[in-house]
Order: sequence, then structure tokens, then C-alpha cells
Amino acid sequence: MRLSPFNPRTSELCEPYNWSLWQNWLLADMYAPDHIQEYYAIRSACGVFDMSPIPKYHIHGPDAVRYLDRIVTQDVSRCAVGQVLYTAWCDDEGKIMDDGILFRLGEESFRLTTGDPWLFWLEDNTANLNVVIEDVTDLGTLALQGPFSRDLLKTLSKADLDNLRYFHMIEAELAGIPVEISRTGYTGDLGYEIWVQPHQAVPLWDAIFEAGQDYSLVPFGDYALEMARIEAGLLLIDADFYSSKRVVHDFEKSSPLELGIGWAVKMNKDYFIGQKALKAELARGLAWETVGLEIDLNSLEAVYAEFGMPLYLPYEAWMEAVPVYSDGQQIGKATSGTWSPVLKKYIAIARLRPQFTSPGTRVNMEVTIDAQRKQTQATVVKMPFFNPSRKTSLGKV
Amino acid sequence: MSEKNKKYDVIIVGGGHNGLVAAGYLAKAGQSVLVLEKRDMLGGATITEEFVPGFKFSSLANDAGSLSPEVATDLKLHNHGFNIIPTNPLINSLLPDGNHLRIWQDTEKTVEEIAKFSKADAEAYPKFVERMQKVSGIVAKMNEIVPPDLPDLAFFDIKELSALLSPSLNLGWRHIAQVIRLLPMSVSDLLNEWFESDTVKGAIAASAILNTTFGPQEINSTAYTFLQNWSVSNTGLFRSSGQVKGGVGALSEALAKSAQSFGATIMTGAAVAKINISADSVRGVILASGEEILAKAVISATDMRTTFLKLVDPYYLEAKFIKHVKNIKYQGTMARVHLALERLPTFSGMDGDVSEYLSGHIQVSPSVEYIQRASDRIKYGEYSEKPYLDMQIPTLADPSLAPDGKHILSVTVKYMPYKLRDGNWDDLREEIGKLVIDTLSEYAPDLRECVQEQKIITPLEMESVYALPEGSPVHGDMALNQFLWMRPMPGHAQYRGPFEGLYMCSVATHPGCGVTGISGRNAARQLLGDQ
Repeated sequence: MRLSPFNPRTSELCEPYNWSLWQNWLLADMYAPDHIQEYYAIRSACGVFDMSPIPKYHIHGPDAVRYLDRIVTQDVSRCAVGQVLYTAWCDDEGKIMDDGILFRLGEESFRLTTGDPWLFWLEDNTANLNVVIEDVTDLGTLALQGPFSRDLLKTLSKADLDNLRYFHMIEAELAGIPVEISRTGYTGDLGYEIWVQPHQAVPLWDAIFEAGQDYSLVPFGDYALEMARIEAGLLLIDADFYSSKRVVHDFEKSSPLELGIGWAVKMNKDYFIGQKALKAELARGLAWETVGLEIDLNSLEAVYAEFGMPLYLPYEAWMEAVPVYSDGQQIGKATSGTWSPVLKKYIAIARLRPQFTSPGTRVNMEVTIDAQRKQTQATVVKMPFFNPSRKTSLGKV
Repeated sequence: MSEKNKKYDVIIVGGGHNGLVAAGYLAKAGQSVLVLEKRDMLGGATITEEFVPGFKFSSLANDAGSLSPEVATDLKLHNHGFNIIPTNPLINSLLPDGNHLRIWQDTEKTVEEIAKFSKADAEAYPKFVERMQKVSGIVAKMNEIVPPDLPDLAFFDIKELSALLSPSLNLGWRHIAQVIRLLPMSVSDLLNEWFESDTVKGAIAASAILNTTFGPQEINSTAYTFLQNWSVSNTGLFRSSGQVKGGVGALSEALAKSAQSFGATIMTGAAVAKINISADSVRGVILASGEEILAKAVISATDMRTTFLKLVDPYYLEAKFIKHVKNIKYQGTMARVHLALERLPTFSGMDGDVSEYLSGHIQVSPSVEYIQRASDRIKYGEYSEKPYLDMQIPTLADPSLAPDGKHILSVTVKYMPYKLRDGNWDDLREEIGKLVIDTLSEYAPDLRECVQEQKIITPLEMESVYALPEGSPVHGDMALNQFLWMRPMPGHAQYRGPFEGLYMCSVATHPGCGVTGISGRNAARQLLGDQ
């Protein structure tokens, strides 16, 4: 088991001792006795998530662009220095292996963050190109997310954060500590990710929390993050899809097109692993499409009423596949869902047959009460469910 | 060069024996063919070189007794100077007590010889030969076929796999069952079922390990390599025999002349830098000089790693294809030592006309355990100080190979791992020579005085000079997971590469094994069949 460089602080703050493991790193599920407070910090103040365990790779060398263009689905050659891309990568059959964030640090220098560890794959596929791949997971990373996050950072840094655009990054100093700040996150809100050398992690934490006193800053754990990322319509490995490298059966695999991230697949670039298969899939037509579901609360309430129970809503996100039906026929599955406190809606991410994916389509989702299978009505909607303008807007100048 | 604007039907990259065989078959079928060889001489590992003036050494391969007779006939090699001088005995096994065990081509003569060591083994030998001839007959059929393309072997592929055996069905299920039983066995276990004498087993077992990394007691198909060598042998026994007149390179010359007689063009000193692929199909090659030569098809007669990680730009290859290429185990474990001799040395326990005893293969393999111990060291990146030696004195059958009265002794030394834990082969070159002479001096005490000059080919030079990566003479070990439909890799056993118009014909493809010419012939047939 490995510990984040912020562990001296997070271990003191994690009151309920609610930890889980992420790639063998210790990760707090929640800090407060109730994670809903942490969720509200993300949406109405600001919160800090210690995302240091996320696998990170430094990819550099004269052929770094051409190399990455072969590996990932995005067009890396069109990514400017200081720009950040969301991307997926596939196997030869065009099935998704993972998704992640690619940061262009320099002309020949990139950082890739991933869900699973991928060093073997990255090294196996250099195709003789002049490129070096290093695991830099030890780098400390904090996600500072929420409407106050920019104002907070501005108190610690002279950097031009007002003009730092969404999915871009800069080098800066926070309280005198050299960091990289990227305007990225997994919450779908205004937010930043801060990258720091491990030996300066604790001083950075302390500086942020000291400044954070004026901004109701709290640390948040995985439970709050899950609710936020579902609202933002962001996918999670091992929940909304499985890595094709880790499953046995073809039906467990999915393509990025089926997952609704086709916008991050640049089909017309020279070559990438899986391109041929994805072109064929497009020509053939997709077997699945990914959409949002809004569960009809009156219908759900009626289901509970059958059992003499009041309406129950999931205040913790769930991530087990649930069948979705139309006219009694199964047409797909919901893969993650949560009560959205900010929207006052029960929402879910679902993968359905394409003929049922137009917004407004009425479907039924399975609900299990006392091990009895019931169905509630739901409506197909577009994702993201929650998309505030502050997520992408510039600061006040 | 005048080839500038010409577009060939087929370019063959590499002028080793399989490349030349493919050239012959294709030119004979009316294709315009260009063979490009990097070195100044043709033949690859089937080559004769004059390392010492007046002495013609068979640098690597030392006999052509496993060449497919069908290939020789189809390409009319006998019209182009290809002749095999028969040699007998098949094997003279040198023993530490000055004794010798000789395996003759004639079974009765061998029985008499074995009886000196074990009466029971003498009785068993004819039955052993009869049974193994039947079993290796099945392997011979499997050698000839084009294996099925099975990228992801599944249960229902059993039907496809059974095609491997269908040509053998008339040879009897009992023998087919034997092949299946023997496949994963060690040759040691196989011989233990038949013989008791360590001397007899040592002499016979050695032929199993010629093209593999494994020792004779290891459970990775040495029984199968034993049968495979048997199946391609021209003697009806476990080892091929006979000497190509003029040295083994005369085979390559005959193949070249044959291909040219059918209209093929052959260029030496023409290194290919790139096999040019565009829009998923082959368009020709680019020479090291920068010149592009166009072709409708390209056959690579080089190994898989060279072909797909160097000549072809791997950028456009599927990830799993590259993985397969990288995972091919080469693991060469041999070196060659050539001695130019002033005169024949005197072997202990041998008087009179020694040419009667020494014109075939001469082995230092006194027991299976001796060979196994020689192989054990390679696991730790060390070479054996008591090596297994396989030798020929080719001048006994063909005096024209050396100046009057002088002789050649060519030695294959095993086990010499390509990857050394300490040191490197450039520094250890002289050690190999010393080791061979020291070892042989125990059997021929005056050898040292007879040596005029020596030429050593290290595992490293097998790679750098003869284009055998990691010094593997067969472009990838003959191992259980690199046979049949898995050779050179699953899904590409039918000589076709991953791009249209790209083919593979080197010994890396099925059946592998040695100088058979079968890969070159099969690849040429596939190409013609695709048109």
C-alpha cells in the first residue's frame, strides 16, 4: 500500500477513517461524517481532492507527438503547448482500454494521466520512435474544485488565472512553491488541478488550507467526487465501461463511439491503434449509444408505495449495471446513478440501443426492493446533466 | 542502376537459401523477380567462405542433407552444379576412453556397433528406427503443408487444427497418436523408453538440439525437434548427411543460377533500408542508397524482427502484431569454430584410413547428461566449459576444399548463449577457440600442432555478419510454442504479412528447422495462388 505525499494531512482530517484503495494507493472516501457536505462544497464553495494516486506518465522525446498520435484517439499534433486534451485509447479492435487527460508541457513533452496503470502498453507500442516514457505517479496532485476555487488561488499566486482557459495549463508559484496549474477536473465545475513535487506537497496543502479559511474550503473524498462526476456526465472506468485489456468476453468491451466520446476520436488523422476497426464500426452503425436518464420521481415513489415505503433516493452514487427496458424488452443498462442535490433530480448514465436514445424517449429502469424486481419510468436526456457556465468562463478582468 | 523505372512483380529481400528458392519458383512461374542481398555474396547462412586463403569453409550450415528433394527437382538444381557427396558413417561419437560409437547408414552395421555397448540396445535399435520412421513420416507431411491461420485459438478451431494431420491419416492413427504423445516430451525421455546405454543415447540425442536452445532433458519439445530433423533428413535416419560438393555455398550458387535461368534478377551488395507500404499495401522497397524500386509484391526472406521492426515502419502495425513479433524467442546458443589444418590430427583409438570413420558428423556427446550439463549454464548467461561439439572434416570427402594434403575441421559449439551475464563475445572470441581445441585435444592429443589458422564466429557475429538476430540459426527457436500454426506467429502462419502484397519466406516461417527450402517454396506458392 502506498501513501500520497499529502497523507500527513489527509490522514489527520479523515475523521470517519473511511479509506479505499486506488491502484494500491490509499484514498479517502470521505473526510466529514457525511459526504453530502463535501459535495455541496464542490458546487457552492470549494473543495480539495487529493488525486495524487492517479497514474501519471511523462512522455518526452523528438517523436513524442507522432508516438502519442499513434496511441490515443485525439489529434495530438493539433494540441498547443499549454493545452490539455481529454482522450481515450483503444486496442486493435477499436475497443476502449482507458481514458485520460493529456497535458502538453512542451514541444516534445507531455503528461498523460490514466485510470489504470498503462506503462507496459505505452512502452510496448513505441514502434521504434524516439520517445521516453517515465512513470511520474509520485508527483503530488490536488484537485481544487468549486466556484470559489479561482478566487482562492488568486490570493496565493500572481499568475494570470483569470485568463487561464478551460483545458489549458500554466506554470506558476503558489505561496512561493513552484507548481503547474491546469484548469481541469472531474467535477464539471470551475476548478483547477495543481501539480507539485512530492517534497513540497505538505507546505502546499497548508498554504491552500490557510487561504481556504475565507472560502469555506473543505477536503472532499471519493463519494462526493462520484456524485459530481455523474452530474457532469463524465465516465468512470470499471463502472461505465471496462478496459478491454481486463475483460474476457467481447460483450464486456465497448468502443469510444458507443460511450459518447466520439468527439475525442479524430478519425481522419494519419493512424492510431484501433482506427481501422472504429471506421468500420461507424460504417456499420453503432450497437450502443450513451445517454443520460432522468428517473421519474412520481413513478419511483409509486414503486416504493407498493411496499408501503416512502420514496428512497440514492444519496451515494451507485455503480452497478441496472437493466433498462422499453415495452418489456431490455434495451440496455444504466451504469452509474446518483441523486443530484443541486438539480434535485435522480440521474443515471446509461448505454442503450440507438433507436431509444433520442432525448425525451420514455424508458423503464429496474429498481430492486426487497430483492423484488420492479421498474420505474425514466426519460432519456442529453448529458452533461449539470453544466454551469463558470466551468469554462474566464475570470473578471 | 538500370532498374530505375521498372516495376517488378516480386522483390525478395534477402538472398539466403529460402529467398533464392522463392525466386526460383516465382521466376519459373513467369513472374519478374528481383532478389536483393545485403552482402556481397549470396546464401545467408548457407554459404562458403575462404577465411584462410585456399581453405573453403562452410561458415554456418554445414550440410544440405535436409533440402527438400522436391525443391531440388523442381528447380533443376543438379543442372546447376548441385551435387551431394554421400558420407558414412552418419555419426562418429568420440568417447573419453578413446573408444568410438559409430552410427552407420546401414542398420545392421549399426547394430553390430551398438552391441559393443549394450546387447539390449542393439536389439532395440532396428525396432526404434522402424517405429520412428513411421512417426517422423507424419511430421514430414506436416512440414509440407501450409498451417492454418488461427490468431486466437478457440475450441472450435480443433477442426482447423485437424487439417494439420489430414495428409497423414493413411499413415495410421496409432502413429498419429505417437506424434501427439511425443510433442512435448524431451528426447531424453523418448530415448529412455528404448535404450539403456548412456553412450548410445548421447550419440542419438544430439541431433535433437541442433536448432533449439533447450537441453535434451528439458520438457520443451526436444523429442519433436528430434522427429522433425528426422523427417527432413535424406538418410532415413535422425540426422541428415552428405556434403555439398564445393561446400554448402554451392547450393546457394545453384539456387541462384536456377532462378536466373528462369529469368530472375539477383543483386548483391544491395541493402534494403525500407519495405515501402502505402495505404495498407506494399509498393516496393527503398535501398540503403535511397533508390526506390517498385514491386507488386515483396517477400521478406529475413527474420521477423528485422522485417517488421526495421524494414517495415512499425507505426502502422497492429499492437498485437508487434507484440507477437517482439515475443518471438530467438535465443541463439551456438558458435562456430573453423580450423585450417596442416594435416589430419590423430584421434585416439583409431588407426588406418580414418576417412572411413570421420567423413560424417563427429560428435562430442558421450551421454545425454553431458549435453544437458552443457546446456544448463546458459540459464545463467554462462557458456559451457565442457561443450557439446558437432564437427565435420569436409576435406575427407571433398579434398578440393583445401590445398593439397591440408584439411578443414569445422565445429559447431554449444551451448554459447547470445546474452552473456558477464563480458562480451568480442572479448571472449579467443576463449571459444581455446575451449574447442582443449576439449578436442582430449580425443586428438596432437590437434594443437596441426592447426595452421582458426576462424571463430561468435553468437554476436552470427547476428552482425549473417543477419541471424541473437545468433539464432533458425530465426526463432524451434520450441513448442513456435511450431506449426504458431510459426512465425499465430494468425500469420500462411506466409502472408499484415499488408497486402507482403509475404514472408525465411526459416522463421513453418516448418523452420534448417536448410529445407520448404518455406521459400510455400511462400512462392501462396503468392502465386493469391493472384
